[in-house]
Order: sequence, then C-alpha cells, then structure tokens
Amino acid sequence: MSVLVVRGLHKSFGGVEAVGDVSFAVAPGEMLALIGPNGAGKSTCFNMVGGQLPPDSGSVRLDGREITGLSPRAISGHGVGRTFQITATFGSMTVRENVQMALLAHHREIWRFWRPAAARHVAAAEALLAQVGLEAQAGRAAGVLAYGDLKRLELAIALGNAPRLLLMDEPTAGMAPAERVALMQLTRRIASGRGVAVLFTEHDMDVVFDVSDRILVLNRGRLIAEGDGAAIRANPAVREIYLGTGATSGGH
Amino acid sequence: MDFIIPQLLTGLAGASSLFLVAVGLTIIFGVTRIVNFSHGSLMMLGAYIGWSILTRLPRDPEWFVLGIAATVLCTAAIGVVLEVVVLRRVYRAPELFQLLATFGVVLILQDVTLWIWGPVELPLPRPRWLRGFVTILDSRFPVYDLVLIAVGPAVLGILWLVMNRTRWGTLVRAATLDREMVAALGVDQRLLFTSVFALGAGLAGLGGALSLPNASANLQIDLSVITDAFVVVVVGGLGSLAGAFVASLLIGILQAFGIVLVPQSTLVLVFLVMAVVLVFRPNGLMGRPQAEAREATLAAPVVRPAPRVLRILGAVALLLAVAAPFLAGDYYLTVLTDGAVALLFATSLHFMMGPGGMASFGHAAWFGIGAYAAGLMSQWLGAPMPLALLAAPLAAGIVAALFGWFVARLSGVYLSMLTLAFAQIVWAVSFQWVEVTGGDNGLLGLWPPGWARDPAVYYWITLALSVGVAMLLRRMLYSPYGYALRAARDSAVRAQSIGLDVQRLRIVALVVAGAAAGLSGALFSYAKGGVFPTYISIPHSVEALLMVLLGGLQTVAGPIVGALVYTGLADILVRSTDLWRLVLGAVIVLLVVAFPEGVAGAARRLWLRGREA
Amino acid sequence: MQVTRRLLLGASGALALPGLVRAQGSAPIRIGEINSYTTQPAFTLPYRNAMQLAVEAVNAKGGVLGRPLELITRDDAGRPQDAVRLAGELVNDQKVDILAGAYLSNVGLALSEYAAQNKRIYVGGEPLTDSIVWERGNRYTFRLRPSTYMQAAILAEEAARLPAKRWVTVSPNYEFGQSGVKWFRQLLTARRPDVTFVGEQWPALGRVDAGATVQALEQMKPDGIFNVLFGTDLTNFVRQGNTRGLFENRAVVSLLTGEPEYLDPLGDEAPEGWIVTGYPGEAIDTPAHKAFASAYRGKFNAKPMCGSLVGYSLILSIAAGIARAESVNMEKMVEGFRGVGFDTPAGPVSYRAIDHQGTLGVYVGRTALKDGAGIMADWRYIDGKDLLPDDAFVRKLRPADA
Repeated sequence: MSVLVVRGLHKSFGGVEAVGDVSFAVAPGEMLALIGPNGAGKSTCFNMVGGQLPPDSGSVRLDGREITGLSPRAISGHGVGRTFQITATFGSMTVRENVQMALLAHHREIWRFWRPAAARHVAAAEALLAQVGLEAQAGRAAGVLAYGDLKRLELAIALGNAPRLLLMDEPTAGMAPAERVALMQLTRRIASGRGVAVLFTEHDMDVVFDVSDRILVLNRGRLIAEGDGAAIRANPAVREIYLGTGATSGGH
Repeated sequence: MDFIIPQLLTGLAGASSLFLVAVGLTIIFGVTRIVNFSHGSLMMLGAYIGWSILTRLPRDPEWFVLGIAATVLCTAAIGVVLEVVVLRRVYRAPELFQLLATFGVVLILQDVTLWIWGPVELPLPRPRWLRGFVTILDSRFPVYDLVLIAVGPAVLGILWLVMNRTRWGTLVRAATLDREMVAALGVDQRLLFTSVFALGAGLAGLGGALSLPNASANLQIDLSVITDAFVVVVVGGLGSLAGAFVASLLIGILQAFGIVLVPQSTLVLVFLVMAVVLVFRPNGLMGRPQAEAREATLAAPVVRPAPRVLRILGAVALLLAVAAPFLAGDYYLTVLTDGAVALLFATSLHFMMGPGGMASFGHAAWFGIGAYAAGLMSQWLGAPMPLALLAAPLAAGIVAALFGWFVARLSGVYLSMLTLAFAQIVWAVSFQWVEVTGGDNGLLGLWPPGWARDPAVYYWITLALSVGVAMLLRRMLYSPYGYALRAARDSAVRAQSIGLDVQRLRIVALVVAGAAAGLSGALFSYAKGGVFPTYISIPHSVEALLMVLLGGLQTVAGPIVGALVYTGLADILVRSTDLWRLVLGAVIVLLVVAFPEGVAGAARRLWLRGREA
Repeated sequence: MQVTRRLLLGASGALALPGLVRAQGSAPIRIGEINSYTTQPAFTLPYRNAMQLAVEAVNAKGGVLGRPLELITRDDAGRPQDAVRLAGELVNDQKVDILAGAYLSNVGLALSEYAAQNKRIYVGGEPLTDSIVWERGNRYTFRLRPSTYMQAAILAEEAARLPAKRWVTVSPNYEFGQSGVKWFRQLLTARRPDVTFVGEQWPALGRVDAGATVQALEQMKPDGIFNVLFGTDLTNFVRQGNTRGLFENRAVVSLLTGEPEYLDPLGDEAPEGWIVTGYPGEAIDTPAHKAFASAYRGKFNAKPMCGSLVGYSLILSIAAGIARAESVNMEKMVEGFRGVGFDTPAGPVSYRAIDHQGTLGVYVGRTALKDGAGIMADWRYIDGKDLLPDDAFVRKLRPADA
C-alpha cells in the first residue's frame, strides 16, 4: 500500500493555473523524483503536499488519512519529514541539539519548562547523526558546518520525526556534483532501510536517474510522463520540453 | 453639517505636516534599515535652525522660502555628520544596536539644543502674510494651512520624480528592495547611505521649519514627533513613500473628525488606527514583507552553559547582594532595590527578545500593567502586598496573552512598532483616565506593610523575587520549551516542519516575559510608594532595551550585567550633572561603537577567544 | 550665557556659602530640593536662580537659628519615581534637614507620600494639584503656590461678571486640566445658574492639534471660552485661534496664561483682553517686590518670572518655618510651619494650619499688548486666603489625621 496518495490536485494563482489535475502515489521505501522545467509547478505541488499551500481542489492522503490543506505543523505531526532548498537549521544550537530538538518535538515534549533539554534523547540523536555520518561533528555549532554537512544535518533532523514520508525540495542544490550523489545515495539507503517513502524535486538529471525508482515529469502544471529512468529518457514528450525549450539539465 | 469641509481641510493640513515628518524616516529606513530614533531630534533642530535663520531675514514670502531652503541644507549637513561620525561605524552591528546609537544621539541633541537655544520655546514671529486667511463656507481658514496642504503632495511628487527619473533614485529604490544586491552591483554603498541620510535629515528639517508658523521651536518636539512619525511609517508600510502619504491622510483626517466626535480619545485613536491596520495588513498599507532580517540569517552564537568561573562570580555577586544591607547605607540600598527591579525587568525583555526573537519597543507596558494591577488591587480592594504582588504578574500575563494573539503573527520592525503602539495606548489610558488610575498624579500610598517596611527587608524581598524569577526564566531557556522557542527564532520554517507551533511558542514567551515584567513593576511601585504613568513612558521602554542590548542579547548574563551597569551609571550621572543626558547619550554611542555585541557579549568573546572550536 | 553656567554647575552644586559663616563653626541647615530641571527648564531655571538669591539673602542676614542655609538641588527628569529615589539620597546620604521642590504635580505628590511615609517635612513650591493638601494631604507636607482650585475660583468669579452664557472649555487631557475645568464649571455654575457649558475639547498634553481643535470650538458658537492649555499647546492654539478668528467678540478666560513663562513666547500674537491669572512681574510696584525684582535683575540680568517669585518665597517660607520651630527636629518643624507667617515679594503669606496650604495670592488681570509683547493689564492681587473654600469644605476632603 502507498504511503502518500495524491489525487487530482489543482491550484491557481489569480486565475492562472499553476497545477492542474496531478495525481500520483509513493510506496514505502520508494524514491520518487518530481522533475520539470522552471515554472512547471514542481514547487507548488510540493508545497501543497507539505502544507505550505492549500490546494484549490484534490486530496492528499497519508497512510490513508486525509491531510489536505493541513498546516505544515500538523502534517509533520502525521509523520512527514522535510528538507528545504535553502538549508534551514537552528543556528544557535549544536549539531546534536538540532537533532534533539526534532526528537523533543516528535515525542511531544516541547511544553516542558523545567528539566534541561540537553539531557534528553542524547543517544537517539547521536544514532541519527551516525546514520548520516555526522557523529564527529555532534558538539559543533550548526552555524559553522560546511554546506554539505548542513544538508546531512537537515536529513538527520527530518528523520528525527521518524517520518513515513520524506519531502526533499532540491536536496542537492548548491552542492558539488560528487557530494550530490553521496547525499542522495545516503538517502537511498535510509529510505530502503527504514521503509520511508521519499518524494523529491531535483534539477540534476544525473542524480535523478541514479537514485530514483520512479520519475514524474510536470510541465505547465500537468503531469506529462511517469515511469522509471529508462522510460522517461525515452519519452518523446519529455525530450520535447527538455530539449525543445532549450532548458538544460543543469539549469536553475 | 457645514463643519465637514473646514474640518476636512484642517485634517488635510495636519496630514501634510505628518507626511513631512514621516517621509524622511521611511526613506532612511527603506535603504539603511535603521530605525532612526533621532529623526525627531533632526526635526527639532530644523525648527530651531529655521527659527534662527528666519528671524534674521526680511519677513517677505520669498525670503521665507529661501530661509526654509537654507534650513533644509543645514539639517541635511547635520545628517551627513551624524551618518559619518556615528552610524557608519555601526552598520555591521545588529540592527537594534543602530537604534540604540540613534537613541544616544537623541539624548545628546536634547542637551546640545538646550545649550544653544536655551530653555524657552521660540515661536517664529509671524509676518502679516503668514496670518492671512480665506473664508470658506463662513469659516476662516488660514492661508498657510492651504500652503501646507499643497506642500505635502508637492514633496511627494518631487521625491517620486527623483526616485523614478534619476540614477540615484533607481539605486535607492533598488536598495530598498534588496540591499545586498545593490552592494553586489559594486555601487558605493557608503555614498548611497550618506546621501540617503542627508535627504532624510533634510526632509526632517523641512518638516521642522515648516511647522514654525503654526507652532514653535521647543524642546519637546523630538519625542512627541517621533511617535507620530513611527505610526505613519508603520501604517503606510516601511520604506513606502506613497504608503506614508496615504497613512498621513488617513490619520490626519481621522484626527480632525475624531476631535469633533470623541474629543477625549484623540491620543488613543492614532494608535488604535495603527493596531487595526497591522492586524489586517501586517506589513502596513503599502509595505512589502521584509526580507529576512540579517540577524536571522547571521547565525546567533550557540548558547552553552555558563563557564565555571562565571558561575562562581555570579554566586559571589549574589552573596554580596544578600549581604548588602549590612554593608551599604540606606540610600544605596534603595539604588540596589532599583537595580534588582531593573534586573528582572531587563531579564524579562531578554526572554522574549533574545531567545524569542521579538524585540519589544514597549516593554514598559507590562511593567506598568503589573504596577497598576497591584496599585488598583490595593487601592480599591484593600489587598495586602503579597496578594497585590501576585495579581501583578497575573494581570500582565493575561493582557500579554490577549495582545500576543495580535502580535505573534508579525515580525521584525512591525512587531516592535506594534508593541510601541500598545505601550502608548496603555500609557494614554493611565494618563487620561483620571477617575480610575488617578491620571498623572498616579496611585499613591502604596507602601509595604509593617513587616516589610524596613528598607533592608523590602530589599531582600525584591532581591529574592527578582533573582528567583530571573533564575526561573533562565531555567526555562534551557528546558525543552526554551529550546523550542529558540528554534522558532532561528528558523521558523524548520521549526514548523518538525511540528513546532511557532505562534503558540511566541505567545507563551510574551506571556512569561509580560508576567515577569509585571512583577518587576509591582515591586518597583511598593519601593516608590506609588504608581505613575511615567512607568509606561517611551524612555522607560527604551531603558529596558538599553539594559538588554548594553549587556548583550546573546548571553543570559547580558541583561543582568546591563541592568546593573545602567542603573548604577544613571544614578551617578543624574546626581552629578545637569548634563546627564549628554553624558549618557555619549556613553551609549561609545559603547555601541566599541562593543556591538554588548558588554557581557564582549566579555564572553574575550573569554572564549581560543577556547571555541 | 546664564543658563549654561547654571547647567554646568549642575545639580550637584551645593550653592557656595560665604566662607565667613562656615568659619564660625555652625553647621548649615541643608535644604534638599528636587525639580524637573532638564525636562522643564523654562520654568525651573528661573525658579532655581531665585532660590539661590533667597538663600544668599537669608545667609547675609545671619541665616536661621544662627546657622546658614545650604541648598542642594537634584533633577527628577520629570519622573516621580526618580524624585522618590533622590529624596532618599538627599535624606539618607546628604542628610538634609528639609525636603522641597517639584514643579509637576505628580512629582509633588510622590514627594509628599515619601514625606508622610518617612516622617520628613516636605515643602512643595510649584505643584498645583489640589489633592496634595486636600485628598492626599498629610502632616508633613506644605504647599506654597495657589492651587488649581484657587486659580479657577478667581477666574470663575471674574467670568460670572461677564454677559457670556454659552461656555466651552479647552483643556489638556490630564489631572490638572480636568480639575481646572471641574472647578471652573462648578464655581461658575454656582454663581450663575443661567450659564451652560455647550462643549469641551480635550487635546492630549503637548500634542494639541490646534487647527482641528479651534475649528471644533468655533463650531460650537460659544460666548465664552475657558482655556487651560499652556506652554507649546497654548502657542499653537493661540496662533490658530487668531488666524481663524476664534477669539473675536468672545470672552476668553484662561488659567495661568498671564505668567510670563507662557505669555512671553507668544510675542506680538499674545491675545488681548483675555482674563487670566498670572504674574505681572516688574510691573508690581510694592517696595518689597521692587527690591526683589531689582536684586534678581542685578544678579541674573533677567526679569523675574513667576517661577522666580515662587522659588524666592519658598526659601523665605522655609527660613520662617524653621525660625518659628526654633529647631530642625521634624515634629517641631511641622508645628513651626503650621500657621507660620512670612513676607514674600508679593505680600505677607502664611501656611494655613488647617490644610498646610500657603496663602500666596493670585494676580488676575487682562492680557494686553505693549511694544509687541503680551503683558498683564488692569491686574490686581487677591490674597490666597480669600480664595480658599470654607473650613468645613476642606475638612471634608482632607484626611482627619493629617
């Protein structure tokens, strides 16, 4: 059974349709890439799933539960982890504390005012950091991490929620090519190991074809193709928009 | 109904004056992101300089215009000096420090103005042509007010042309939208900032000089004008010229009719307009959402437990404080009591401002609400002191919860301005609602009961409650809630995506801070024997900011150090010279230039030098 | 520049004493004075000058009880809470024998509370609020200057003689303004049941929107206007009122406007024919006042302001009270001050035993223009004791134990 089921999503801005009739599903352990040229509606689609934007119509179901139009916070509560195109971490905390924060939120221990937070979930936090290869950095300030490490930290934070679904918006933006593949392969391992469904957008086609199980192609708000790497590569409509419009695979 | 036209015209004239006050502030803010508290002082200087120039010129209209032009040039030059000497050195400091520096300038200019022009207000003798009137619907309407009505749109038009038809204007507009981008384009930012500051200062001077025929040059202009200017700028939307104009019209006209309909409410009306506008349009009428403030993107230092040495130092200080009644005379005991109150007041502001990321420009509101809650409980219900001390944080906390609902959605300067507006409303109520609050005479006779009347005993009570609550707040900052609050400040999107309720976290921070400040207000009232509206004045709110920022925003010890340093400094200065404002202002400016991370922050940096990985 | 020099000497400066007196070995009697020197300099600096003059005059005559007076002043920055702290400093640290001062009513009340609480005598010079001697009166507090009630009383008396029947009021919206209007209405209505008050304006203190206020008053078509605005509010109000013709063919009765502190800044736009309370200054030709005015001018090269009269009389009243008590013991001083009489430049004055109110009188007259400046014309001096209500009225208001 699919973790995430999206049916007939619609969103218009001022009469202009940004996303029209998009439906797809993601299974546990599956990595689904959402690609398309700029303005294709990837971000809009992503934000409707993540709760940043309410859809005009359509439904988003997580494990069979309706989460359409809920706030990002509520959606997170239903087991969705998220990373951002521009990394968002807690700069005034150490790397370990960043993850502890996510664990505290996950265990609903935020509204406690007395016991020091630093002692909570230390082992679990360090285990997560080990999983993303940051255990050596646990005591450092998050603000001084290298960019690639910040991305890993985001992943660890997102995992702190024990998510069923991971939403990753341009997870490798701004990284060196070698790092990109490393990060996504790490994600791949985690997804398989934990049975987490991953939905991500990505502009680096090498990464996309390398790690994704399935690919969705959006253009002008419509889903125009769906399939594995080989199928997408061979799809004439996809070739048309990527080659015909002059957009290159590495372009922003 | 024939009052409508004259009243409308009067409102338009008032609107023009407001616009002239606000327009320079909004331009300066737009480009430099500086909340320039000294804008009112520049306008005051404009009035005084205008007076000095105009009284020396022939009294014909053409000379009047020339005199005004000369005044504008003078204040623009003063603006340049101010920018080059003070502000240029603090652009790299966090934004609030620049505000602090400009407040230091306000204090300095108050004494400098008094020194040069003397204490007596100076109205410009009006020649006959300035006294002229036209008759409109049987009402006499001043010709000069008609002139003012025309000046506002004229200034707006000229500025629009400058902004849209010159390269300089294009740069200013670009910088207003995205400062970093302009810097990246290789534009000489220094020159741009200096020239923008000169323009803003010149406009303030214009406003001051043009107010002369209707008013006078006097020493109260600076602070009375600055609140009006803030309101207009915020209602219009920070950095928006057209917004400032629309806001001026709205407020000027509402004011003119408000006076006829509800004469008692004029003061509150202005701030209510602001509050209502911000509730429905969190970025003002024509403002855009602010790009994330630099502070947010600039990582705040990691908060770590205090080093051992500091803990020992703190314990020694606390021991000394407890033993103080055996060491210090009666008077110094009262200063120490004030210091303990200030400690709690500053710590409470730090709680919402540092970890909470909500800079309040009106923190005195909670201090005052607590004080009045205690005072009213005691006065009307005869409540004993312990009950009144309990009521104070409760009342302040409850009001903070209501207010938090409005304010927690806002961010940055808008949030700060709404807190300022709220404090002004509380102040106006306490000042004008004489039947209940006693008005400016205050609530009197609020002394501790017999067992606590001895200054030493009351000092211990204050010390215990202040330090105790401050420790509680500190403890809270290290608890899961405190971490969550800090997380929401560091990155609201990240916080939401891990399931944190950012709004609620912030409202609770406001309630905690408000309640703690309320307690400090009640403690203060029992020490002074009364509650007065001056507790809620803008300078008192600024004092809290001063203490927190001087001490340092990023350390828990900061507000404590700041409160003690400030209380001591102010006490010594006030008793040793009538020029204390000048000295205090200069000290503030110097401290901001020397220690942009605050006194405790600087000490911490020196301490950590070489210790931090 | 006189102001500057005084400012530099500053609050800290205990006024220099003739070395001769100190050499005699008798410790000075210290007066600790607190006032709004930085926030209200236009009023408090001439006042401080005159206090200095009076201290020198008293000391030149051998001081009080054979001891010289010493004056220590402090700036309250317009904040009652600061005044209370400084009162503590003056009492505990500077060991002053007597507290004095305040220009603002709230500072005066705060100091009177401090006085009652700590059983220290406090003499208020300038504060006008009635409650300092009535509702909140206490055993240790005395007040010299004629109160809001007294000023409003004489104006109501004058207004009652006018034909005007439709009255409006304009007043700053705070305690002083509100009680000024309250007493004026009450006292005028008592004398003239046929008058009506048809409207009121309550601009915020220091922030009058003069054009709109004048326009609103004009709209009410009154016969008479009672004004309590002062300072910058008054300047703005008068200018708009002159231009818009508000004052033409109308009676205007105005509190305090005749004081040079408020009248002088108006220059040639000072209104003519307003009935005002105030201070005619050097126009007063009694020998006592002439001597005072010429001494003041001799020392400061300026004309005495109303604050000067109050400051000078305040020191004289303190000297007289201590002399009568023959001691600086607090309780003895209270008894000494109660009912003590003393001479001031305005005439003989006493502190009433019943409420500790000074009977310094009120000058009432009409404003006029002379050489392009406003003056008080046709003025007369009404002794304060004739302006105060009967004893039963006072007893009802003042706490019995005060």
